[in-house]
Amino acid sequence: MNKKIPHLDLDENLVRRARELAKDVTDDVQRFIDAKSTTSVERTVARLYGIDGIDAEGVPLPNVVVDDVKNGGGIDRGIAYWIANGCVAKSMTPQELAEAIGRREFSLMDLPPQNEGIVAEKIDEMTRSAVKRIAEVREMRDRMLEELGDPPQPYLYVIVATGNIYEDVVQARAAVKEGADIVAVIRSTAQSLLDYVPYGATTEGYGGTYATQENFKIMRRALDEVQQEVGRYVRLTNYASGLCMPEISAMGALEGLDFLLNDSMYGILFRNINMIRTFVDQYTSRLISAYSHITINTGEDNYIKTSDPIDRAHTVTTSQLINEQFALKSYMKPKYMGIGHAFEIDPDVPNGFLYEIAHAMLTRELFPEATPKYMPPTRHMTGNIFKGYAMNTLYNLVSIMTGQSIQLLGMLTEAVHTPFLQDRYLAISNAKYVFNNAKNIGGEIVFKRDGFIQKRANEVLENAVKLLEHVKEVGLISAIEEGTFGDIARKRDEGKGGDGVFSKGEDYYNPILESMVDELRGERV
Amino acid sequence: MSVKKVNLSHIKPYGDQMDDGAVQLSFTLPVSNGPRAREAARQLVSSMGFSEVQIVFSEDLGDDFTFFVVYGRTEKFVDYDSIKALGVESPKMDMEQVDEYISTNVRRPVTIVGATIGTDAHTVGLDSILNMKGFHGDSGLERYKMFKVYNLGSQVAPTELAKKVRDVNADVVLVSQVVTQRNIHIKHLTELVDVLEAEGMRDKVLLIAGGPRITHELAVELGYDAGFGAGTMPSDVASYIASEMAKRTQ
Repeated sequence: MNKKIPHLDLDENLVRRARELAKDVTDDVQRFIDAKSTTSVERTVARLYGIDGIDAEGVPLPNVVVDDVKNGGGIDRGIAYWIANGCVAKSMTPQELAEAIGRREFSLMDLPPQNEGIVAEKIDEMTRSAVKRIAEVREMRDRMLEELGDPPQPYLYVIVATGNIYEDVVQARAAVKEGADIVAVIRSTAQSLLDYVPYGATTEGYGGTYATQENFKIMRRALDEVQQEVGRYVRLTNYASGLCMPEISAMGALEGLDFLLNDSMYGILFRNINMIRTFVDQYTSRLISAYSHITINTGEDNYIKTSDPIDRAHTVTTSQLINEQFALKSYMKPKYMGIGHAFEIDPDVPNGFLYEIAHAMLTRELFPEATPKYMPPTRHMTGNIFKGYAMNTLYNLVSIMTGQSIQLLGMLTEAVHTPFLQDRYLAISNAKYVFNNAKNIGGEIVFKRDGFIQKRANEVLENAVKLLEHVKEVGLISAIEEGTFGDIARKRDEGKGGDGVFSKGEDYYNPILESMVDELRGERV
Repeated sequence: MSVKKVNLSHIKPYGDQMDDGAVQLSFTLPVSNGPRAREAARQLVSSMGFSEVQIVFSEDLGDDFTFFVVYGRTEKFVDYDSIKALGVESPKMDMEQVDEYISTNVRRPVTIVGATIGTDAHTVGLDSILNMKGFHGDSGLERYKMFKVYNLGSQVAPTELAKKVRDVNADVVLVSQVVTQRNIHIKHLTELVDVLEAEGMRDKVLLIAGGPRITHELAVELGYDAGFGAGTMPSDVASYIASEMAKRTQ
C-alpha cells in the first residue's frame, strides 16, 4: 500500500479469531468440494482442450461432449480421459472429435479403450498445451499492464449494458476516453441460470449483453486499441457467477479478461442455484482465476441491498471472510481478491456517513493486501437524479478517504434505466473531482479513540465473530439452510443445477486442475 | 406590483416566475464539441418548440460525442381543469387503518403473491413493498396482520406464478418489473395476463403491477387492475388492496 489511509484500532484477537473461524468453516465445505465434480467443471476441461462451437441444433460442443459421457454413465471418471481416449481411437483433435459427436456419428463411450500409455501421453500433451495457452495470455496481460502503467487507485469502474456487443464497444471506448480504468460488460439478465454458455457475437440481450467467448474477444480487442490511444491499461470485467462459473473463468483466461465477478455464495442465495454445485464450481473457477491473474470481485453488496445495511453489516464482514478463505483454498493471492462491500445506508439516517466510513474502514483494515471493491448506492436511488448525484459524491469521498481499490461508479440514473453515455461521463467527472480534491485526506485523518467510527467498526467485527461462531457450530451448509445470509434460506438438495453435480469416481482425473494446483502451490512455497 | 396567480386552465412550467415556461434539458449529440455542435444543439432544442434557448454547458466526451445542458422557455401549456387523474385513487390509510378496514369489510385475511417475472433479477422494488422492513419507515405488507404474503422473488416464470396463485388461492398478485430494455417489461407483463386468462384465473385476482417505468395508465392498458410507479410506498399499495377487496366482497 503506497496510499496513506487512516488507521483503525481493531481488536487484534478478534481479527485473528474471525479468520480462524472462517477457515474452519470453509475447511469443512472444502472436504465436500474435493469429493465432487460438476458438468460445468468437465465442460471447462473440454473447453481448455480446445473444444468450442455449436452443433446443428445450436448446442455448445462442450455440453454435447460432456452430456454424451454423462448419459453413457462414464462422467465419474472425468471428461479428460474420455476425450484423450477418443482422440487416440479416432486419430482426431478434440475439436474434430466433438464435431463428430455433435453430428451423432458415435459416442465416446462406445469407443474401445486404447493403450493406457498412449492415452496418458495424449492427456499430458493436451494438458500441457492448454495450460501453456493460459499462461501465455497471462504473461501478455501482465506485460501490457507493466508497459502501459497501472492507473492510481481507486480505479474508476463503469458498466456498459446495451445488449449489443458492438454498441457496447462504442460506449466502452467513450468511457475510456472520459477516464474509465475498468469496463464491465453487464450480462443479459438470467444468463446466470443458463446451464451452457451461449456462442458467438451477440447483438440482442436484456439488461445487458450475453457473456460469450467471442464477445469477450471483441471487447478486449477494442479496449486494447483504445488503451494505446489513452496510454494507460484498461481492465475488462465480466461475470462468472451462475451455473457456468468455471467455464466463464476459462473463457476469461483465454481472452485476457482482468476481473470476474465471482462470489462463493451469491449464486446459492440470490439465484437459487444448488449449493453443492456452486461450492464445487467456485473452487475450479477461482483456481483458473488465480492461475490467470484474474481479480475476482465478491458480491457482498447484495446482502445489504435487501437487508438493512446497519443491522446486517456484520453479514457483509462474515461473507468477506468466508470468500477470502475460499479464495485462499484456490491458491489465490490477496492482491487478486476484490473483496466486496457497498454504500447503501438510507440517506435519512443521522450520521449515515459515519457508519459508511466505519464499514469501509473495517473492510480496508481487515483485508490490507486485497483490492476492495466498493459498490455505489442503489437501493435509495429514487429517480431524483440530483439527489442521487449528491449521494454518489459522498460515496466517492468515503472511498478516497478510506483507501478503497475498485470504485464501481454510481450512476445518477440508477433505478431509472441502463446508463446513458452522459450518465457515465457525469459519474466519471464526479469521481475525478472528489479523488483529486480530497487526494491526501486519508493521511490527515486520525479517528478519535472510542469515537463513533472506532466503536462501530469493532462492533461490526464482534457481531461477525459471533455469527461465525454460530456458523462453525452448525456448519456453513446448515447455516445457509437457516437463512443466515441475506435473510434468504436455501436447502442443500434444492436449487438449479443440482443434477449436474456428481461424486468423483476412484479413477477420476482432472489433469488441468492438478497441473494448475501444482504450479500455484509451488509459487506459494 | 401584484403577483401573477396561477391560471389552472393554462398551466406552464414555473422557473422563477409564473408562466415563464422555463425548462432544463440535458442530452448528448454524436458529434465532437465546438461552435457547430453548440449551434446544432440550439437548433434542435428550438425545433422542439422552445424559445430563448441557452446552451449553458457543452463538454466533449471523446470519440465524437458532446454533452449539453440547455435551458429554454416553452410556449406550450395544459388545461389542468380538464385533466383526469391517471393514478390509483383510493383513500390513503396507514397500517392499522388498513388492518382494521379489512377485518371489518373483508372479514378475512387477504392472500398476496408477489414476484418479479421474466428475466428481471431485481427484487429491490418488490422487497420494499413486501418485506417486513418496508421503505423509509413505511412497513412492508408482510407486517400487516390482515395480509398473508408469499414473496416468490425474482425471475419467476408466469406459469410458475400462476401455479402458486392457484395453490395458495391468492386474492392479490403483485408483479414488479425494474430493469427493462427495449420495453421487455411490457412483453413480460402481457404474458402474465395471457397465462392467467388462459387458466381462467384473471377475474379471480386483483392484479397489480409496479416498477419505476410502470404507470397506472400503462398497467390498465395491459389488462391489470392497477399500476404503481416510482415513489410508491407500501401503505399506498395496502390502501388500494384494502378498498378494492372490500368492494369485491360486497
